[in-house]
Amino acid sequence: MTQAPPHDCGTDDWQPVCRVAELEVERGATALVHGQAIAIFRTHDDEVYALGNHDPFAKASVLARGIVGTRGDVPFVASPMHKHAFDLRSGRCLDDAHVSVPAYDVRVVEGVVLVGHRKSDAA
Amino acid sequence: MTHLSSNRRRKTLVVAGHGMVGHRFVQAAIERGLTETYDLVIVGEEPRPAYDRVSLTSFFSVESADELSLLREGRYDDPRVRLVLGTTVTGLDRDTRTVALSDGEVLAYDALVLATGAAPFVPPVEGRDLDGCFVYRTIEDLEAIRDASITATRGVVIGGGLLGLEAANALVQLGLETHVVEMAPRLMPVQLDDGAGSALVRHIEKLGVTVHAGAATRAITGDGRVEALQTADGEIGTDLVVFSAGIRPRDQLARESGLEVAERGGVLVDEQCRTSDDRVFAIGECAAPGGRMYGLVAPGYAMAEVVVDALLDGPGTFTGADMSTKLKLLGVDVASFGDAFASTDGALELVFADAVGGVYKKLVVTEDGSRLLGGILVGDASAYGVLRPMVASGIALPANPEELILPAARGGAATGPTAMPDEAQVCSCNDVTKGQILAAAEAEGTTRAGSTCGSCKPMVKTLIEDWFARQGKVVDKGLCEHFALTRQELFDLVAVHGYRRFDDLVEAHGRGRGCDVCKPAIASILASQFNGHVLAEETAPLQDTNDAYLANIQRNGTYSVVPRIPGGEITPEKLIVIGEVARDFGLYTKITGGQRIDLFGARMEELPAIWRRLVDAGFESGHAYGKSLRTVKSCVGSTWCRYGVQDSTSLAIQLELRYRGLRSPHKLKGGVSGCARECAEARAKDFGVIATEKGWNLYVGGNGGANPAHARLLAGDLDTDTLVRYLDRFLMYYVRTADRLQRTAAWIDSLDGGLDRVRAVVVDDSLGLSAELEEAMTRHVGSYFDEWKATVEDPDKLARFVSFVNAPDTPDPNISFGTERGQIRPEVAGEPVVLAATIPVGAP
Repeated sequence: MTQAPPHDCGTDDWQPVCRVAELEVERGATALVHGQAIAIFRTHDDEVYALGNHDPFAKASVLARGIVGTRGDVPFVASPMHKHAFDLRSGRCLDDAHVSVPAYDVRVVEGVVLVGHRKSDAA
Repeated sequence: MTHLSSNRRRKTLVVAGHGMVGHRFVQAAIERGLTETYDLVIVGEEPRPAYDRVSLTSFFSVESADELSLLREGRYDDPRVRLVLGTTVTGLDRDTRTVALSDGEVLAYDALVLATGAAPFVPPVEGRDLDGCFVYRTIEDLEAIRDASITATRGVVIGGGLLGLEAANALVQLGLETHVVEMAPRLMPVQLDDGAGSALVRHIEKLGVTVHAGAATRAITGDGRVEALQTADGEIGTDLVVFSAGIRPRDQLARESGLEVAERGGVLVDEQCRTSDDRVFAIGECAAPGGRMYGLVAPGYAMAEVVVDALLDGPGTFTGADMSTKLKLLGVDVASFGDAFASTDGALELVFADAVGGVYKKLVVTEDGSRLLGGILVGDASAYGVLRPMVASGIALPANPEELILPAARGGAATGPTAMPDEAQVCSCNDVTKGQILAAAEAEGTTRAGSTCGSCKPMVKTLIEDWFARQGKVVDKGLCEHFALTRQELFDLVAVHGYRRFDDLVEAHGRGRGCDVCKPAIASILASQFNGHVLAEETAPLQDTNDAYLANIQRNGTYSVVPRIPGGEITPEKLIVIGEVARDFGLYTKITGGQRIDLFGARMEELPAIWRRLVDAGFESGHAYGKSLRTVKSCVGSTWCRYGVQDSTSLAIQLELRYRGLRSPHKLKGGVSGCARECAEARAKDFGVIATEKGWNLYVGGNGGANPAHARLLAGDLDTDTLVRYLDRFLMYYVRTADRLQRTAAWIDSLDGGLDRVRAVVVDDSLGLSAELEEAMTRHVGSYFDEWKATVEDPDKLARFVSFVNAPDTPDPNISFGTERGQIRPEVAGEPVVLAATIPVGAP
């Protein structure tokens, strides 16, 4: 989460969205980044993750409103629509291996949450 | 002035007899203010105040006679009531309006109530005066039988009716070899037919009681003491004999004073229980309203109330009583109700008999099979609660009425998922059958059952648990991977330890950080016990989809708002407000099934403004979501409807306001109908109330949905206070013990004993929990507050109601609407929408 941005993007590609302190623990918030709705999550251990807000099953922009928890060691959000679970780190759907949502790089600088580019699938 | 003083002269009311009915009369007289004008004198023959004669058999198992007493203090808490015991009324002079007592006192009366009861009938057989012959009516009788039993080994009861079998039970308890001799060809000839009588005999003989049916007693023989009983069939050796061959009304005072008596005995009275002398009344077993005597306590109580009413110039009348009977005789369930002998023209009988199990059930139905007229149940009377009201209300029978009495395994109505055939469809969204689910369990595979609307999940869970149980595997009833505990166990842990935070609970009793299963369940448990705001800091992250935003999420991520309209009653002014809110926010409106108006298409960030408008107009938004009370639906009731017998609308409003906000294992719905026509569909609700002439019938465990269930009768003819008390207990018992997402119907079925168990806890207080359950509900009612108003008034809670944290003025571009029939409709985009032209604003 705190690694350097990929070499092909400039620092402008990191968008500040809010302060960490404004995020509720184990709940999401929605931010508008690069014109898209992004769901930002803060977990219990104060890690911050970002996923596309769009639930591909329900076809609605709602993931930030889901419940955050763990399955084994995997931090995840359950969509508020039909409870499909998505890995907060990779965006992969835990109930259906063929489905995933975009996951974005996040870093926190001086208490400010910055959202970067979409992670590659290998992330 | 003389007028005034004569008006103020206190009058005297004498009650002859202090049995159960006499006692009830005095209680009612005090409660209803009759003692404002009358001094009461009650003259009782027995040495002790009234006691529970119905439970006389339990005399041998209780510590002392006091436990049966209906008046433990020995006097009434009203100085205008005088109780004279150990004294009989020996004479009645209607000309001087006086009664003479056995102790010489003469009492003048302005009104006289005869409640002298009945005496055991001892048939005129030879030897009936021998030592060792007893009757079975008073505590003194039982004491005498007990004393005689010390030196006895055998006993005979003459009479195989209700009371005779009670007496036989007493002899069994005293350790005697017991015989019952009944002249009729079967036991309980008044209530049972031959098949039912035979089933009862099989049960009773298993307890060691020998039944001699169709046996007339010829003589009792012995030398000063009872030695044997002679019948037409032979001789039964015995040490004591108890006569229980019926009762005769004690109408001697009436006869001697020239009052009219009925042909078959009993003081003849009219519908107000007035005798041929309008200052004299008769109630209970000594009375014969319309010439008929009633040997049960309930009609006696009804008569007592009628006389109090008459003395207060009220309109009450006694026009007959339901002689339906349900009781446990020697541990055997027996019930007889309505036209049990099919005496109605064209009546048909449906009989289920299981000789091995000792079960006999008979339904008597109309010629066309459309209505239930009566029935008999022996060995299993669990259906009585459902069947008897069907007779009273005359509602239509289902297409296959035999299912009402067939056991579940043979296609009876009480079928659970386990009894379904393999080809039965369980998940209708994905067309998955029970067989496919079991096959998947076998192969450790999966199906799509339950993955769409989720309504079949509880059924799938039951099937899987049953399957594992059959494989001899232990079923993990834990909530999820984070808690190896059931919801009930978690509820108890919270109650005992007082946990108020998910973190404390998961650290002490769980693992991981929770999930969408355990978090809402724990939020609900915390809410049931502490009733904080759903968005309080410690519970906000736990809330499920709709609770998290206090509204119903819809397909496109917008919300609907459903203002609470308790009982469905609304003024024109408020209707206009709803219309104005819908118009001003551009919302789609639709009438709901719960008698409310649903306003759709509100963006999340618009919710607080909508609530504010509603709050200002005197509304609260309503729970049309969450695991909580939804609505209490009602018909218009007796206020307007020409068929209504009670005010169902007022009760529905009262109940909705009482239970609103109650967090429960699953959603809760209620209904109140003002008459047996049941227009409010109350029996399709978790709790349904249906008005009767006398009060309310309470039904529980109904639901619509994918797996519909009809609510079943929990208790009948309740006054409103009792109804609310039972409901408080029922709902809290459910909230405390049900599984997550278990509706009341499934919860009741899951309890050992089912509905009978619920009735034992809620009505009979078998666990001694009632006070605690009622207190818990009182706490809930007292701590209720308008969550929406509290949200609007709290800037911290409002913070989450923004479209984007970094662009609060930009609406979510993913939400768009078209129109249909003049209103908005959601348009669903397949892919996320990109606002290319929008530059994010509002850097921190």
